[in-house]
Amino acid sequence: MEVVLSHLGAFAGAMRTTAELALASFAGALLIGVLIASFRVSPVAPLRAAGTFYVETFRNIPPLVLLVLFYFGFTKIGILYSEFVSAVIVMAVYTGSFIAEAVRSGINTVARGQAEAARAIGLTFPQSLILVILPQALRSVVPAIGSLFSALLRNVSLASVIAVHELAWLSVRLIADTGRPFEILGGTAAAYLMMTLPTGYVFGVIERRTAIKR
Amino acid sequence: MSAPVLGDALGPRGRRRVAIASVLASLAIVYLVWVAFRRLKDAGQLDAAQWELLTRPEVIRFFLGGLANTLKAASLSLVLAATLGGLLALGRISRSIPVKTAARAYVEFFRAFPLILLIFFNFFALPYAGINLSRYWSLVVALSAYNAAVFGEIFRAGILSLDRGQSEAAMSVGLPYWSVMRLVILPQAFRRMTPTIVSQSVTLLKDTSLGFVVGFEELLRVGQIAGEFGRNPLQTLSLVAVFYLIVNFTLSRVARHLEIRQRRRYQAAPIEVAGVEDLVAVGAAAEAQQPKGH
Repeated sequence: MEVVLSHLGAFAGAMRTTAELALASFAGALLIGVLIASFRVSPVAPLRAAGTFYVETFRNIPPLVLLVLFYFGFTKIGILYSEFVSAVIVMAVYTGSFIAEAVRSGINTVARGQAEAARAIGLTFPQSLILVILPQALRSVVPAIGSLFSALLRNVSLASVIAVHELAWLSVRLIADTGRPFEILGGTAAAYLMMTLPTGYVFGVIERRTAIKR
Repeated sequence: MSAPVLGDALGPRGRRRVAIASVLASLAIVYLVWVAFRRLKDAGQLDAAQWELLTRPEVIRFFLGGLANTLKAASLSLVLAATLGGLLALGRISRSIPVKTAARAYVEFFRAFPLILLIFFNFFALPYAGINLSRYWSLVVALSAYNAAVFGEIFRAGILSLDRGQSEAAMSVGLPYWSVMRLVILPQAFRRMTPTIVSQSVTLLKDTSLGFVVGFEELLRVGQIAGEFGRNPLQTLSLVAVFYLIVNFTLSRVARHLEIRQRRRYQAAPIEVAGVEDLVAVGAAAEAQQPKGH
């Protein structure tokens, strides 16, 4: 236990990095997800095809393959970012495909009459999507997005592979340094719990606040 | 997928707008593809020499070895995880409180951890306890232990989704507990779970790429080594990505097909956990089945 306590500063720093990775990727993933979901329900066929292509591609390739390809392969065509930014881009692109699917299923739950009514008062497709459909659709997928966030929080540990100093990286490093693997593992588990538990709470609050009362 | 999801058929002005937007969108897509093409070409990444390496017999053999390792790890983990997951599910619906608690604790434990950390732990930490796992077993043990928790929750959701009358009827004709399970509950539950099991297998196959982190020579590691050796990482790693894409796309299609067929045949929704790939969500799906069940 004292091994963990004596490295509290390191743990706090790594937790911060993990949180930053997760929040930055999540912001990107939300933007991508909503955009791609809009593409997938659009009346414009090429956009629908592009949306489907995006989702099927990134959902089916392991995130670690994407990360290694992006970090080690894309340098060859002059795409070169820091470790942190690379991890954020890859995790946003990967998680974005899942959020797109969640949002699309939310759009499908919005009653048909809503879209018809929007059209009847003369809104164009983008207007009815942004003003009428999406606000209702996003509310219904808060729980799904919450569980995607908690998956993302654990998935950003992949960044340890390219030596971003987050929790998984720190854990391996400390095991080697201190030779006390079980205490370190317990500390890491506690650190992850300290981050996932408040997340569940926050999404619970958002869910209650945004619930449609019928 | 052909008709727009929102609203009904468009009028003349709407059709004109959609036509214009389609042309613009097509142009944008063509432009993006062209930019990517130029970029690859300018960097010399489309030169035949870069790709020619991939056609050499020794490189092909190397890749096939990686593929074999990936499939070996995935299939063994799948079998172990399903077996252990079955036991966990029975534990979680058991009437004995200690058994229930133990099964629940197992699932909660794996909720807290990233899978990559379990693999690191097997490889770097267990030797301190005198347990030396090879790279292969570090991966397989971690994958099996984690996916057992997921499969356990999927099986539990499947069992609980059945109508209570099924088990009551079976018990009322005098069948003992295990026969009720074996002859009545499990065959029906299994049928409902198949799509979810297939999509979880996709996740498991994707997760075998984590063997990379302890140097297990699965497909991704092989791709990286070949790329360093031939100085063409973009090509070798793209090949790895395309392989995963094809296999998982096919499997996802199979899952969707099974789901649709099942919905038609039994008018029963599948257990909604597919694609969310999170243990919390899987558990929530199982909870959602609870009121109907035992």
